[in-house]
Amino acid sequence: MGFINVKKKEVQIKIVYYGPGRGGKTTNLDYINKKYKQRIKTEMVSIKTHGDRTLFFDFLPVDIGKIHGFDIKIQLYTVPGQVKYNATRKLVLKGVDGIVFVADLQKERRDSNLKSLEQMKENLLTHNKDVFKIPLVLQYNKIDLKGQGIPLLTVEEMEQDLNQELKVPFFVGSALAGDNVVETLKKIISMTLISFRKELQ
Amino acid sequence: MYNVSQEQLETIDVVLKEDLLSIGVHCAIIIDVAGNTIAHLDNGLCSFDAVSFAALAAGNFAAVDAMAKLVGEQQFSLHFHRGENESIHFSKVNEDILLICIFGQDVSLGFLRLKTTEVIDKIRLIWGR
Repeated sequence: MGFINVKKKEVQIKIVYYGPGRGGKTTNLDYINKKYKQRIKTEMVSIKTHGDRTLFFDFLPVDIGKIHGFDIKIQLYTVPGQVKYNATRKLVLKGVDGIVFVADLQKERRDSNLKSLEQMKENLLTHNKDVFKIPLVLQYNKIDLKGQGIPLLTVEEMEQDLNQELKVPFFVGSALAGDNVVETLKKIISMTLISFRKELQ
Repeated sequence: MYNVSQEQLETIDVVLKEDLLSIGVHCAIIIDVAGNTIAHLDNGLCSFDAVSFAALAAGNFAAVDAMAKLVGEQQFSLHFHRGENESIHFSKVNEDILLICIFGQDVSLGFLRLKTTEVIDKIRLIWGR
């Protein structure tokens, strides 16, 4: 739930990176953290397992400047992707304003993408949020694996699987190489801000 | 998205200052359950990263709340972490917001709990306006 602080003239917005395990959510935030190091005043917070997997969430606050005189503070979160952590995923979605769904282009991850998206819809419903109404961007990640002998799904197949009903913007990207990471972020920020335009005027 | 009027925020600051900082609380923060900071007052000697703290505190509170429900409790009435120099006390103001106090050994937990109960009542009134 975005919060407008009229006293400090600032807006706080929560964007969550959601998706199946090992899909590249944390890698997206790592890339953003490196790319915008000068604008990010604090360290990225990661609650990880000993095996370096996300246990609770990653958190990265980014200031993007002023709109209508308000400082816009974007708070980026990831959810833990592993199947067993659904209770935690639900908690991270509390008060979410915009979502990036990071799907994995690898053919063998097709089922995981579908299950994760289905579960996200259910989890949003527990917070009385509708996947068709919340600002949402899809990222088809790991295009850097192309040509490396790993079977990948085509963009058409990804669209058919995940975006046929949602019809939301999507980007084919590589979180590792940084391809379309910033574009994805810019898109979700602009969609989320547009959804708040009345309050910001 | 929601907002709170400047008058409400200023009144909350006054309550935090007069009822909590005055008894020796080092830092009092009001956050919402999404991890946004609504109010943040300290004694000028706290230098930690308050934005990350709010995100972690909201996550921590939500996790403990979910654990309470799993064992059949509505909520755990005391949510408190004791440190060598700094301790943290969490209280739920309403379904949307939490009050967090960071304090040292010079403040007793019992007295703090008494004061936070009063503060919560005051903030609920301000929030409801």
